[in-house]
Amino acid sequence: MEKEILEHRLGMNRRRFLSRLSLGIGSVALGSLLIPDLFSKNDEEAAITGLAQFAPKAKRIIYLFQNGAPSQLDLFDYKPLLQKMHGEDLPASIRMGQRLTGMTADQKKFPLAGTYFQFNQYGQAKAWISELLPYTAGVVDDLCIVKSLYTEAINHDPALTFFQTGAQVGNRPSMGAWLSYGLGSENKNLPAFCVLLSKGKGNGQGVYSKLWSNGFLDSIHQGVQFSSGDSPVLYLNNPDGMNKTDRRLMLDKLAELNDASYKEFGDPEINTRIQQYEMAYRMQTAVPEITDMSREPESIIKLYGPDCLVPGTFAANCLLARKLSENGVRFVQLYHQGWDAHGNLPNEIKGQCKDVDQSSAALITDLKQRGLLDETLVIWGGEFGRTNYCQGLLTRDNYGRDHHPRCFTVWMAGGGIKPGVYGETDEFGYNIAENPVHVHDFHATILALMGIDHEKLTFRHLGRRYRLTDVAGTVVKDIMA
Amino acid sequence: MLSRLLTLFACITICVFVINACNNTHSSSDALPETVSYNFDIRPILSDKCFICHGPDANKRQASLRLDIADSAYAPLKETKGAFAIVPGKPEESELIKRISSTDPTYLMPLPESHLGTLNEHEIALFKKWIKQGAKYERHWAFVAPEKSPLPKVKNEQWTKNEIDYFILSKMESKGLKPNEEADKERLLKRVTEDITGLPPSLQAMDDFLNDKSPGAYEKAVDRLLQSNAYGEKMAMHWLDVARYADSYGYQDDNIRTQWPWRDWVIHAFNENLPYNTFLTWQIAGDMLPEANKEEILATGFFRNHKYTEEGGVIPEEYRIEYILDKTKTYSRGIMGLTVECAQCHDHKYDPFSQKDYYSLFAFFNNTKEVGYEGDVSISKPAKMPLLSISDTDRKQLLNFINDADTSTLMVSVMGEQDTLRKTYVLDRGVYDRPTYQVLPAALPAVMRFDTVQYPRNRLGLAAWTVNKNNPLAARVFVNQLWQEFFGRGIVKSSGDFGMQGDLPTHPELLDWLAVDFMEHGWDIKRLVKQMVMSAAYRQSAVASKEKIEVDPENAYLSRGPRFRLPAELIRDMVLSSSGLLVRTIGGPSVKPYQPKGLWEQATSGRGALATYKQDHGDSLYRRGIYTFIKLTVPPPSMVIFDASNRDQCEVKRLKTNTPLQALIMLNDPTVLEASRVLSQKLMEEKKDETYNLTKAFRLIICRKPDDKEMKILKSYYDEQLQSFKQNKLSADTTLMQGEYIQDDKVDKNSTAALMKTIEMIYNMDEAITK
Repeated sequence: MEKEILEHRLGMNRRRFLSRLSLGIGSVALGSLLIPDLFSKNDEEAAITGLAQFAPKAKRIIYLFQNGAPSQLDLFDYKPLLQKMHGEDLPASIRMGQRLTGMTADQKKFPLAGTYFQFNQYGQAKAWISELLPYTAGVVDDLCIVKSLYTEAINHDPALTFFQTGAQVGNRPSMGAWLSYGLGSENKNLPAFCVLLSKGKGNGQGVYSKLWSNGFLDSIHQGVQFSSGDSPVLYLNNPDGMNKTDRRLMLDKLAELNDASYKEFGDPEINTRIQQYEMAYRMQTAVPEITDMSREPESIIKLYGPDCLVPGTFAANCLLARKLSENGVRFVQLYHQGWDAHGNLPNEIKGQCKDVDQSSAALITDLKQRGLLDETLVIWGGEFGRTNYCQGLLTRDNYGRDHHPRCFTVWMAGGGIKPGVYGETDEFGYNIAENPVHVHDFHATILALMGIDHEKLTFRHLGRRYRLTDVAGTVVKDIMA
Repeated sequence: MLSRLLTLFACITICVFVINACNNTHSSSDALPETVSYNFDIRPILSDKCFICHGPDANKRQASLRLDIADSAYAPLKETKGAFAIVPGKPEESELIKRISSTDPTYLMPLPESHLGTLNEHEIALFKKWIKQGAKYERHWAFVAPEKSPLPKVKNEQWTKNEIDYFILSKMESKGLKPNEEADKERLLKRVTEDITGLPPSLQAMDDFLNDKSPGAYEKAVDRLLQSNAYGEKMAMHWLDVARYADSYGYQDDNIRTQWPWRDWVIHAFNENLPYNTFLTWQIAGDMLPEANKEEILATGFFRNHKYTEEGGVIPEEYRIEYILDKTKTYSRGIMGLTVECAQCHDHKYDPFSQKDYYSLFAFFNNTKEVGYEGDVSISKPAKMPLLSISDTDRKQLLNFINDADTSTLMVSVMGEQDTLRKTYVLDRGVYDRPTYQVLPAALPAVMRFDTVQYPRNRLGLAAWTVNKNNPLAARVFVNQLWQEFFGRGIVKSSGDFGMQGDLPTHPELLDWLAVDFMEHGWDIKRLVKQMVMSAAYRQSAVASKEKIEVDPENAYLSRGPRFRLPAELIRDMVLSSSGLLVRTIGGPSVKPYQPKGLWEQATSGRGALATYKQDHGDSLYRRGIYTFIKLTVPPPSMVIFDASNRDQCEVKRLKTNTPLQALIMLNDPTVLEASRVLSQKLMEEKKDETYNLTKAFRLIICRKPDDKEMKILKSYYDEQLQSFKQNKLSADTTLMQGEYIQDDKVDKNSTAALMKTIEMIYNMDEAITK
């Protein structure tokens, strides 16, 4: 039935387009395209089942996904015991028969690997942060570091898919698509859900478009992938030899042709198509404006670091994320690949941290100085954690870590988040000691911060109601301000 | 302010729900039916609001009450002494009525915390009347074998052209609707040509049809189209969605695979008009047929098209189970029109499928030789065992429909049984390493009994059970899918769910009549297609009056002809075909046409043969959309943006959206730009005047002659462009630099560029991509 609601809503919009059309083709305001179109938001997006059950704390999300799974033990979850027991076997009493990936299942020994890096305590919460993340340490008082995330998957593909869609397999809508569906866009000239990709030098695992899929939702909710090439959005650029005036001229004639067709057939789809061409035209202006970094002041470049001027880097994507978010994009999803350090971890993780540390922290600072951090939720983390024991050969200064779903760290900041440290793992960093947060709980909490009851944001498809949180999920109120 | 906004939100939400409710069959303004039907009036409400706690799932059942079975609903309530949920004939004594109409939130059903929403007055009135009339339960309509009912009586009999029309017209008349006139010849020819072949009609075909004034002209055209080998390609498109066909393994590293010979077989099977029961039998169990030949074995590739992991470190059994689950889903959704996967973890909450039923079905597929993990991407092979090897000799003989320039032996993943029977267990919560008790292969008992005297407990038995004439689903589901492809929506709108939660058929007698007729005529697919397109219902004009949009916005009652945007592949085909670029080779390895740069590279792990996109050249740039290479982790964007399936899993129905990204594709995709340039160039080579050029281009793309107004717009745009090029405001050289197809330097560049841009505009007309 939700499908019908959706279709009905599209129909409503289409009828509204009709009445707008009577104002005359091409009369759509083309002025300042970057001003969020807040006026027409309410009536278009109101038909959603899960809409704002309580006042939202955050309006937008920027998710800095660290794809491949960063090692919590080398970044946030400080375990001196591992350094003391370096090279000793993981006690069976701790492992408790937990299943292992095929990569270490045949290992005869599981030698504990203490981190190679120095940790210090920072901020009011006295949070432990590794020397690899000096900039992150500098914004620690804005972060809620959750050390007790856990998941069910132990391989990248299902774990990533689980984080993004709430299910390990199956063509479900991704979190951004759910939010686009639930809350719509604040800006008529930009998609509600944008995706930015970057890659580090560490062992990479790839990303897949199903991670930003609309699943069974309408494809307007699909994440729009921005690319660092000449055309930031697929097919955005006019062909060589065609300028903007020329495009306008063509669209006006085209609208005349289509309008004649509408008069003959009365099919509302025709008018929708005319309007979609107008939206496409507006995107052609809005997107290049937003992806243009040349007008950013020196202070901003300094804040994010020089890489932010190199398109396709994580730093550039952080800056772009801020700009998109500032302009009303509901959900900006970044992926930074290269965290899958099965071997040579100390070396690889250094490079990865260098890629992301300064710009992640800069994003927090930048949002804050613009007064936007209160309404923007920023999330940083991977799809699972890494083992406390070594994969492959262990030396004093080199080791690898396998996948570990039982505990890992994610930080959140901004919109409605209470800064601090939440959850604790045991002294081996193997199991959760207190306040476990399942991926479904994490999703439920994010939705709650956006003002949505996760049990009510549903979509009926093939005979059942689907939710991002499937049939589970408890809001972690303790981390909400 | 905030709270005011929220209130506004809430109000609008409610409004929309109310409006929506009015569109429903259960609107409160509707009169109550003479006889309230369990299947059509009551069960949809029960299923939606009650079964989650009082339905088939034993584990979630509350108060030991189930409302899906009469015996339980009539029995004394265990938790409320002396009360009965339903007392037939006595609504006032029925606890159910008291509960659904209560205002006390602790007593009211459904419970407020279930978020299911309460019943409206009309729904409550329906329940009262149904109970008053005896509260008679019926079996779910889709689980009762279809029967042919006599053709309904209609007033306007001269409108009808075949049996279909009696059912359509009688429903229309009951709703106070009148059919449209027949569509004009040009539009009708475009519709039927696109629907049968997936290509626009050629100029010759248009002229022939316009000039043929005989009464049999349309039928002649239909017969000709059904003989075209493009028919098989068009029909295969939908089946590839059902079979989640792709050219890579999916998951993580996503390397290349060779499954396309199976795709070629599907095209061949449709073109040869293999009867649907044979088509299914071979795909389900071709390898197990006595003395199975290679074609029959190749058909079983159907069950091997799903994703395979090559991610190092996986637990093989976890994935082996995943593959069997996928096969079970594809069988049940694609062929049976059911969503049984709920029963993977627990008894189905709405449909009468227990977890045991689910794993009994699963067991049919659990005996293949395949393994969960053959190794990582570094040793990736074109197919995974069990394999069918296809030699060059095979391709010259039985398998001569496989089109490959390469003469080396091909490997395709197919089905093949283990020698010893693998035991199947019900998996606790569907988890691979939690087997509980053993089950034997058996098909869904709620659909039809799986008689083990008649059917062996293997895939052969499953195939025979599936295509048995008493099976209530196979024929209905396929007829409905086909109806959906031709009319834009199924008679059962939820074409993937014929279960309790699915939509009810808009024309149940028609669906049954067609299903039975289909079986009676040897499951002849071409005959079924012809039946549909010969009907007056199909041939109507698509003009939608305001009244019709108001009364029937979705055209569920077909008082106007179908008018829909073309599916993704056919948009490409239309562009290539109308410009003369299309290369009409059938089958062969998938091709890599133009694609925006960097898409594969940005998303790859860097491993495997598909880490970078190596675009093809020459003929491979101009093949039909069905042959575009599908890399599962990054499916072709121009397809997905136009709602093509991403082939992640079995899909029986595509969305039909209308988005700005689609506009950007039509405006800026090099395929469209190149086609415009080439068509312009070809017209210029004919050395005729601009009226001729514009008319011919318009006819090739839109498939009809432009009217005066359209011609005026085209001309004025063409003239403006020509002036701009002549005055060097725009550069003809730059404009013409589109695509790899050879440039003709002898034609006048300014006129060619101006014509090219006018053609681009024609390609962007709504009607260009609409059938």
